[in-house]
Amino acid sequence: MTVGNTTTQRSADATATGAAVEIDQVAVRFRTKKKDVTALRDVSVRIEPGEFVAIVGASGCGKSTLLKLVSGLLRPSSGQVRLHGEDVRGPRRDIGYVFQRAALLDWRTARRNILLQAEMRGMPRAQARQRVDELIAMTGLTGFEDAYPNELSGGMQQRVALCRALLHRPPVLLMDEPFGALDALTREQMNVELRRIWRETGTTVLLVTHSIAEAVYLANRVIVMTPRPGTVAEVIDVDLPVERDYGQTMSAPEFARATGRIRDLLGATTTAE
Amino acid sequence: MAAQSTIEQPERTAPAGATASATRRPGGAGAGLLRFARNTWRPAAVLAAILVVWWLVTAADLVKPYLVPSPGTTLDVVLAQPGYFAHHTWITTYETVLGFAIAIVVGVLSAVVMVYSPTVEKSLYPLLLFAQVIPKIAIAPLFIVWLGFGLSPKVVVAVLMAFFPIVISTVTGMKSIDPEMLQLSATMGAGPAQTFRKIRFPAALPHLFAGLKVAATMAVTGAVVGEFVGANEGLGYVILQANGNLDTPTLFAGLIIMSLLGVLLFVVVELLEYLVLPWQASRRTDATTTTL
Ligand SMILES: Nc1ncnc2c1ncn2[C@@H]1O[C@H](COP(=O)(O)OP(=O)(O)OP(=O)(O)O)[C@@H](O)[C@H]1O
Ligand SMILES: [Mg+2]
Repeated sequence: MTVGNTTTQRSADATATGAAVEIDQVAVRFRTKKKDVTALRDVSVRIEPGEFVAIVGASGCGKSTLLKLVSGLLRPSSGQVRLHGEDVRGPRRDIGYVFQRAALLDWRTARRNILLQAEMRGMPRAQARQRVDELIAMTGLTGFEDAYPNELSGGMQQRVALCRALLHRPPVLLMDEPFGALDALTREQMNVELRRIWRETGTTVLLVTHSIAEAVYLANRVIVMTPRPGTVAEVIDVDLPVERDYGQTMSAPEFARATGRIRDLLGATTTAE
Repeated sequence: MAAQSTIEQPERTAPAGATASATRRPGGAGAGLLRFARNTWRPAAVLAAILVVWWLVTAADLVKPYLVPSPGTTLDVVLAQPGYFAHHTWITTYETVLGFAIAIVVGVLSAVVMVYSPTVEKSLYPLLLFAQVIPKIAIAPLFIVWLGFGLSPKVVVAVLMAFFPIVISTVTGMKSIDPEMLQLSATMGAGPAQTFRKIRFPAALPHLFAGLKVAATMAVTGAVVGEFVGANEGLGYVILQANGNLDTPTLFAGLIIMSLLGVLLFVVVELLEYLVLPWQASRRTDATTTTL
């Protein structure tokens, strides 16, 4: 009875506020022995359900910190973070997290690495197995289910990490430079796949990346951050069609406009790259 | 090791698809044994060579027989009194294995407590270090005074010797875990017990096994040191007696059996490692092929 009430209330709240992720006037300060570091200051972002938002910015500007705030792995020094209208207080289970390094367990095969998510959450076995099969097929890992991480290429490892993050159908997917370690070609393939997966699942995605092209190809909006202490410099709306062919998108005038604008904002540091 | 039955074991079944991975990482216990055998023939050959040199030195009369007996004489001594040697070997084996087992249980448990409680770690570490640096031969007589001439003082010395490498390696292993892995675990809603069982402990196993290998050899030394100080049975006693009687063949026999015991325990641990950590073993073979 009470449970039913809270859920209806929550969904009412969610529709009232509407946002999947709300970051409100957030600042993060790290206190270390030597000095205090302000990683983020005055960050306010609002992300609607189903959006694909990319975050770009110089190294050390607080992008990873931002994702950790949303997942509840880190508490803001001031300000508020809300996920589906709820205040984020501790680590959140209703997200999927993909780290820069795949962070796979060496002793588990690809399939069992993905299943870790289900085991930790106590999901019914049969249901989890079926979902793993779906995800493996979706990410093109078929034939490598029983390989150990050290037998997989970097791209495959990232796919496994992605499957693991998607297993429980999280409403919000957080990705921290997931393709940073991949070669350019594999990276493009993964971009196309991620875009397709996002469209199939309808998940809200927050993607941190160093690649401006990746950000613009994948996202509906790109958050450009200033160097440390990081804050939002500008939010770029990417006015590209929902159906994005990789080659065509690269040569679209809108693509050139968006990447150009981001490059200008990021300044000399990234133009030199 | 009893606690380990609840700890998850890595999957040992061979890849079902038998895809590309099959050639690189043969799965299963049989394949593990095969790889183990392939890696052990070299040291076995070196041992054989040493035996041959020993035999040549004695056969050519390069040293006096009462200083270095020939392999044949040494073997004869053992064959003349098989019951005698079997009994004393059994005693030392018993002390060693019991000491080793206790050291594993106590060592791993203290390591876990130390990793989860910095306060305990800070207060326990100096004590541990103290227990490690104090010469065991110097405190062994004290244990004899406390515990008598039976097996227990020997077991205690063996535990003391084997304990330290196990604690250090387990602590190192559990701390070496990628912090992101722990954060990931938190986003999966896992509690501390689940994180320990599925992530922290398995991740520490390669380190733990490194420590176990050192500890295995230490346990033998510990048991024999205990016997040196005061015993009427065991290999340490045999060696001491033979030394007093200038009976070098028996002395040699005791030494060799003792070394074999240490090596055997080491090999058992290594074998276990091959079976428990197949992914680790496969990485090792990868490394050797690239350095060749
Ligand atoms: N746990 C911490 N303790 C102290 N300082 C930290 C901590 N985590 C991050 N910082 C600091 O906060 C700043 C932002 O870090 P963050 O990891 O968010 O950067 P980033 O934008 O993800 O950088 P990169 O692109 O290189 O990954 C950095 O200056 C970093 O030194
Ligand atoms: Mg980062």
